[in-house]
Amino acid sequence: MSISREDIEKVAVLARIKVDDEQVSALEKDLGNILDLVDQLSAADTDSVEPMAHPLDAVQRLRPDEVTETNQREAFQAIAPATEDGLYLVPKVIE
Amino acid sequence: MHNKSVAELSRELESGKISSVELTQQFLDRLKQEDGKYNSFITITEERALADAKTADEMRAAGKATAWTGVPFAHKDIFCTNGVRTTCGSKMLENFVPPYDATVTERFRQAGAVCLGKTNMDEFAMGSSNESSHFGAVTNPWGLASGEKRVPGGSSGGSAAAVAARLVPAATATDTGGSIRQPAALCGVTGLKPTYGRVSRYGMIAFASSLDQGGTMARTAEDNALMLNVMAGFDPKDSTSIDREVPDYTATLNEPLKGLKIGLPKEYFTDQLSPAMEEQVRNAVKEYEKLGATVKEVSLPNAKLAIAAYYVIAPAEASANLSRFDGVRYGYRCEDPKDLMDMYTRTRAEGFGTEVKRRILVGTYALSHGYYDAYYLKAQKVRRLIQQDFANAFKEVDVLMSPTSPSPAFIQGEKTNDPVTMYLEDIFTIAINLAGLPAMSVPAGFVDGLPVGLQIIGDYFAEARLLNAAHQFQQVTDWHQREPK
Amino acid sequence: MQWDIVIGLEIHVQLATRTKIFSGSSTAYGAEPNTQANAVDLAMPGTLPVPNENAFRYAVMFGLAVNAEIGRRSMFERKNYFYPDLPKGYQTTQLEQPIVGPGYVDVDLANRETKRVRIHHAHLEEDAGKSLHEDYHGMSGIDLNRAGTPLIEVVTEPDMNSAEEAVAFARKLHSIVTSLGICDGDMSQGSMRFDVNISLKPKGSDELGTRTETKNLNSFRFMEQAIAHEVERQMDILEDGGRIIQETRLYNGDRDESRSMRTKEEANDYRYFPCPDLLPVVIDDDFIEDARSRLPELPDARKARFKEQYGLNDYDAGLLSGDAKLAAFFEEAAAHGKDAKLAANWIQGEFSARLKAEEKSVAESPITGAQLGDLVVRIADNTVSSAGAKKVFEALWTGENDNVDAIIDAKGLKQVSDTGALEAMVDEVLAGMPDQVAQYQNEEDPKKRKKMLGGFMGPLMKASKGQGNPKLFNEILVKKLGG
Repeated sequence: MSISREDIEKVAVLARIKVDDEQVSALEKDLGNILDLVDQLSAADTDSVEPMAHPLDAVQRLRPDEVTETNQREAFQAIAPATEDGLYLVPKVIE
Repeated sequence: MHNKSVAELSRELESGKISSVELTQQFLDRLKQEDGKYNSFITITEERALADAKTADEMRAAGKATAWTGVPFAHKDIFCTNGVRTTCGSKMLENFVPPYDATVTERFRQAGAVCLGKTNMDEFAMGSSNESSHFGAVTNPWGLASGEKRVPGGSSGGSAAAVAARLVPAATATDTGGSIRQPAALCGVTGLKPTYGRVSRYGMIAFASSLDQGGTMARTAEDNALMLNVMAGFDPKDSTSIDREVPDYTATLNEPLKGLKIGLPKEYFTDQLSPAMEEQVRNAVKEYEKLGATVKEVSLPNAKLAIAAYYVIAPAEASANLSRFDGVRYGYRCEDPKDLMDMYTRTRAEGFGTEVKRRILVGTYALSHGYYDAYYLKAQKVRRLIQQDFANAFKEVDVLMSPTSPSPAFIQGEKTNDPVTMYLEDIFTIAINLAGLPAMSVPAGFVDGLPVGLQIIGDYFAEARLLNAAHQFQQVTDWHQREPK
Repeated sequence: MQWDIVIGLEIHVQLATRTKIFSGSSTAYGAEPNTQANAVDLAMPGTLPVPNENAFRYAVMFGLAVNAEIGRRSMFERKNYFYPDLPKGYQTTQLEQPIVGPGYVDVDLANRETKRVRIHHAHLEEDAGKSLHEDYHGMSGIDLNRAGTPLIEVVTEPDMNSAEEAVAFARKLHSIVTSLGICDGDMSQGSMRFDVNISLKPKGSDELGTRTETKNLNSFRFMEQAIAHEVERQMDILEDGGRIIQETRLYNGDRDESRSMRTKEEANDYRYFPCPDLLPVVIDDDFIEDARSRLPELPDARKARFKEQYGLNDYDAGLLSGDAKLAAFFEEAAAHGKDAKLAANWIQGEFSARLKAEEKSVAESPITGAQLGDLVVRIADNTVSSAGAKKVFEALWTGENDNVDAIIDAKGLKQVSDTGALEAMVDEVLAGMPDQVAQYQNEEDPKKRKKMLGGFMGPLMKASKGQGNPKLFNEILVKKLGG
């Protein structure tokens, strides 16, 4: 199955990855090849098959509602690109 | 010393013939001197290693030593190490120093092991040749003598090359589609991918959460067992970690193999495998027969769909797992973003490499509106079929054996321009991740002077049996002891 | 043209757990920015979620309270989108298999009818952080303390047909979650937030119109205004022959304006898929029975009991039973005050007015139910007049003194109820006001006479230094003046 340039551009916006025209051309070929590989799936008869999200048939454990974390803002913000007054700074958020 | 196994080094330290500080210094000297040829390390933590070695010597003096106390090793640079840069092979995390430890790194620390540094890897563990690392390709120690630069496999290529080159006796690794077994095979070392859920994923940077599993790499099966003794176990910080008793994996290494039932999946012995490779694998199976095992052919009819299912599921999960790398809280941020959208799209375009971006886009596409059922849901159903194939096979046999990779180490650059050809490197390993089973790669011969790996696949939580089978094989063969020139 | 209004609600209810839904970070409100955002909340590489047991317990309690099916096997999905207050780049939420299935809530309306609003489902999810729009050199600041706070999102069927019904439902839901103790109900802090889906259809038509969603309304008043505003906006468009665009709108309560939130970039495509870091949550009978055993008395049951036990009318019982804290305050006052109706009047009068004036919640009241009850006792036994009682209330409120009797003594508010002493005062005052007495006695109109009676009260209160029981003075005056 092929993938169009428009699809690639749309997906790139969803994934927040900037792509230029040249990259789109390369991706058109590479993603098309990958999707061809993936299209083998359509041959499989899966009508009565339950999808499998996890390898093991386990159920979720729940955690007791107890505070285990302490304030480590300084350590975490020491590795942040931009902070001020304890806040992470980003280009203006417009709602 | 550099040729000794973890078990041997542990005995040397125990006997007092050498201190951990001396041993660590020897390994560090050798590492600094030799690694220029391989580029198997991203970060060497000399000062910290020597300090840890000193602590280890003190622990030993105080009578608190474990098998690992004072033994040098390395971590794949995917495991977060408190205070030590953790890059995941990416520009995105080039300067990322986590203020926390992965559960795996914490466990080795508690055992007193001395980490020499962080090994190179494909970016975000996406690759089969270690050529997608932001920190440069890793060169396989095998083949170098003839002037060829071959790939070590991937994504744990740094760990595999470092162990093969005797820079460390052991290194941690991770395996999402073959990332432990294939590089172990290509570098002639022994590697184990445990059952999904056996080793905590906390602090192990995620590629595809339902497939990722931390594991072991060393030259001998015994050392793999020693590593797994440290790594395996329940972790309340990982919801997918399994609360199940951990045996002493070294305790059963010497069990006789008489009566072991081996299955050979016929789908793994096809024309995708060169006759020379097949011969080596079949010879290895004959060794097992000599050890008392019986062999029969089995079928995994859906195994051929594994690559297709994997290249939907893994990219889909990765597309979400890698969304957190957005330039807001840590890691790379582009210069002078003009607005929020610009910050996101340039940060991610500049911070991620080509293969990572390719997989994020494939995954985003597979999950997007209108394609979910055809791709993602379908792949999850095929995943169930693949799991059922293995379940059926394990009704008949104890372990499955196959080649680990379709061919030995290839020349760098040979497959970088064709992602799909590269993906086929994992044709024999990928189904095991989809099913969540444990599997090993064990050195089993050479083709054209390059190592060949035998893959041994077990049922869920059968790690002890796999290690036993590998260890017994290593008692009667010396492939794992061969040293690259 | 006549239109039917169709309203459905989505309500985000912040759960009052101690810790976040997927990490052991505190959820306490008002901490310094990012001091309650830890490795998991910040989506540090390699960190993993582990769900909070109480979040599930509270969700199940909610489900039981709204007569809903409990999801015996629920799952988490990832909802993918980029926003700076969403650290992982996806929200972990429930889509296919939510924890609470279909249920319903019965709502009392002002016209005394009862409206049944069906719950489509309620699911667990994590809250996002906050973007602060103050200017940091042209940048925005992100506080992730709230990120990962557990929410249940309650989704109703489009069963409401007016702003009044929607608000009555919202109030009822508020009273249910606060009674359950699973949410603090503090709307000003965003503990409950409402999204309103509105569409219009020609009266009697079966076909639903195109709907809009007005997001993030955090008070009942704004909700009412926003619905009125949106209904009018849609009506104007439809009557002009236009058509409604399905979109999300943002309502500005201060200006009574709304605007579209559509961004030009793309239609949202959230790419939901099962979260591979989490396993299916299985809720067994024991878990459900444990949750059931924790259910307190719910508003409907409480209202019935208030009518029965305290003899309150339907209106009073409804008002006092809705909010769990107010109900508890009332019951404490009634127990101490012995006169439940009088206690109810004081709570709805002076007490509520004072809370409102100072924008305080019941929990923040400086006086206790017991104190108000003590005051009610002194009003009922004629120790203080109602004017005196207000002074006592004031002293209690400002914390001048915390004992009702001590205040009455200190301020000399005790009424003189000794009939002999009062009669003597009346005689003395009347003797000094012969003209007024004559005027009164010559007046035929009972209304005017009643009014003239007031003219004697001032001097009488003065003579008694404000301590005479006005009711008794009144009785004696009428008797002495000859009816």
